Amino acid sequence: MHDPLVIAGRTLRSRLLLGTGGFPSLELLAASIAASGSELVTVALRRIDPDAHGSLIEVLDQAGVELLPNTAGCHTARDAILTAKLAREAFDTDWIKLEVIGNEHTLMPDAPELLRAAEQLVDDGFTVLPYTTDDPVLARRLQDVGCAAVMPLGSPIGSGMGLRNPYNIALLRESVSIPVVLDAGIGTASDAALAMELGCDAVMAASAISRAEHPVRMAHALRSAVEAGRLAHSAGRIPRRLYASASTPNEGLPDLS
Amino acid sequence: MIFLNGQASDTRPGDTIAAALARLGLTVGARGVAIAVDGAVVPRADWPTFELPEHARVEILTAMQGG
Repeated sequence: MHDPLVIAGRTLRSRLLLGTGGFPSLELLAASIAASGSELVTVALRRIDPDAHGSLIEVLDQAGVELLPNTAGCHTARDAILTAKLAREAFDTDWIKLEVIGNEHTLMPDAPELLRAAEQLVDDGFTVLPYTTDDPVLARRLQDVGCAAVMPLGSPIGSGMGLRNPYNIALLRESVSIPVVLDAGIGTASDAALAMELGCDAVMAASAISRAEHPVRMAHALRSAVEAGRLAHSAGRIPRRLYASASTPNEGLPDLS
Repeated sequence: MIFLNGQASDTRPGDTIAAALARLGLTVGARGVAIAVDGAVVPRADWPTFELPEHARVEILTAMQGG
């Protein structure tokens, strides 16, 4: 089924975005990207290590994926904006996964700083994909300032707790028209499938894959789950009901007394 | 003294960014590299001519696994 994801005019066949964080080696990262089918992967910007072995950029170029730089580690709009501008210089892309962290332990976004940074980056010509809470009102505000997509968390980054509030994710989905990418909290395939069944347009996973016992296998599992969830969403599930509803008709039932 | 990624360096005031990079084995064409000096982005096109002032804090950044 031809059912591409379109974000800011860019067409992606895969609805799974991959975070590169946490992979124990670049080889495992490359194999996991291939297994995931992902075409858009995140990278962070950090101080260069001239003695580093292997180049992440080269591995990602060879994989043929598009880069989505992030502003991970930024706690203020100012830092996030500066990091986005540095990423644009480094990677020749105006796409930015905007993260403005408000708490070290939960890694929850700082909503006012996030909105401020998003507005300014949009004005500066960036294609902004903000990592946000599952608050439908904030998502709407992020859309209003011109974000290309929203990336609500299912649960805290790296927690593997899945979607703690599916109801909010469903409300958020209804409250914006831009793509919704469920980001953070994915632990395993069923979490990704649930996100897609709720109407999310894509799922992003990093730790779920990179920290799995078998990352390549989990990359494949999430790919299948995202496809299955998307199909199920478009198929129109049956309503939930409290009591049974027989699927076999009683008509023609023999009298065996 | 000029600081490269938080470390005191041999780079001298008046050296260009390109010269500082060359000492690290990096070229101006290096893919995936960005530079900030004293908290401001310096576009790649300016690296060959941008002269570092005394006490400059130079951040040389590249792609790392994350997100």
